[in-house]
Amino acid sequence: MKVAVVVFPGTNCEYDTEYAYKKLDQDVVLVWHKEEKLPENIDLVVLPGGFSYGDALRSGSIARFSPIIQDVIRFANDGGYVLGICNGFQILLEAGLLPGAMKRNQNVHFVSKYHYLKVEDNSNKFLRKLNNGDIVNIPIAHGEGNYYIDDKSLKELYKNGQVILTYCDSNAKELNPNGSVDSIAGICNKNKNVFGLMPHPERAMESILGSSDGIKMLEGFIG
Amino acid sequence: MKVVVNISLKEGVLDPQGKAVHHALSALKFNSVDDVRIGKQIVMQIDESDEAKVRESVSQMCEELLANTVIEDYTIEILK
Repeated sequence: MKVAVVVFPGTNCEYDTEYAYKKLDQDVVLVWHKEEKLPENIDLVVLPGGFSYGDALRSGSIARFSPIIQDVIRFANDGGYVLGICNGFQILLEAGLLPGAMKRNQNVHFVSKYHYLKVEDNSNKFLRKLNNGDIVNIPIAHGEGNYYIDDKSLKELYKNGQVILTYCDSNAKELNPNGSVDSIAGICNKNKNVFGLMPHPERAMESILGSSDGIKMLEGFIG
Repeated sequence: MKVVVNISLKEGVLDPQGKAVHHALSALKFNSVDDVRIGKQIVMQIDESDEAKVRESVSQMCEELLANTVIEDYTIEILK
């Protein structure tokens, strides 16, 4: 599989993401945001974490207008797989590839720690290696991860199996670190080819560093 | 022409910053404060004298970039 990792000014998780997919024996190419076209034969585009444009105005709001985004939108509309992690998720929301918006965390603090997540729906490429109800331990690190969506659109998300991950404790009991609607940590689009999550699976690739649960998530796209 | 855009979270969308500041004001014994909402103000100098044109173009800026209309409302004030 060939993975394109898009780099914006202020992105800081591109090398972690590259490391993660190289560890899974995949080809990875970093793509500068000024490029107008993705490289040929890309199987997965990752918008990695970081602070594109220093989070000016709103997280992801400026990056969303970078030249490469037009081609990422085209790629997604053609059915290509796109994964937005943390700031990447925020960019996908701003670009309208995923529904909803991010607000400041409810407690107004930047939250950086390991957090348990529950797999709500594995009927998609990203989480297919996990079972519904599985608990994974994945780092979160964000100040604007308070996911908001109106009630009507939220019902649509559930109806279509688009709520894929929620925050919980080690016993799968709901635990909300940022105020997100229904403790939502990750969603996908209706066609299930565009995914966004605030937690960082690429930072959970080595058990010696705390967790390797990210492997089961990221390898879903392979094959 | 000087233009002031005020952006705030929509009515009904909980404002975490406003809530935190409200708590702080209560702690300082400003007990008469019922509600606090925090927004942002964008001040622009625009080289155009036709007010209608300015209003139209600033609305477009708000819709496309300055505000996220999923959660935010905006007002446009034109100062001569």
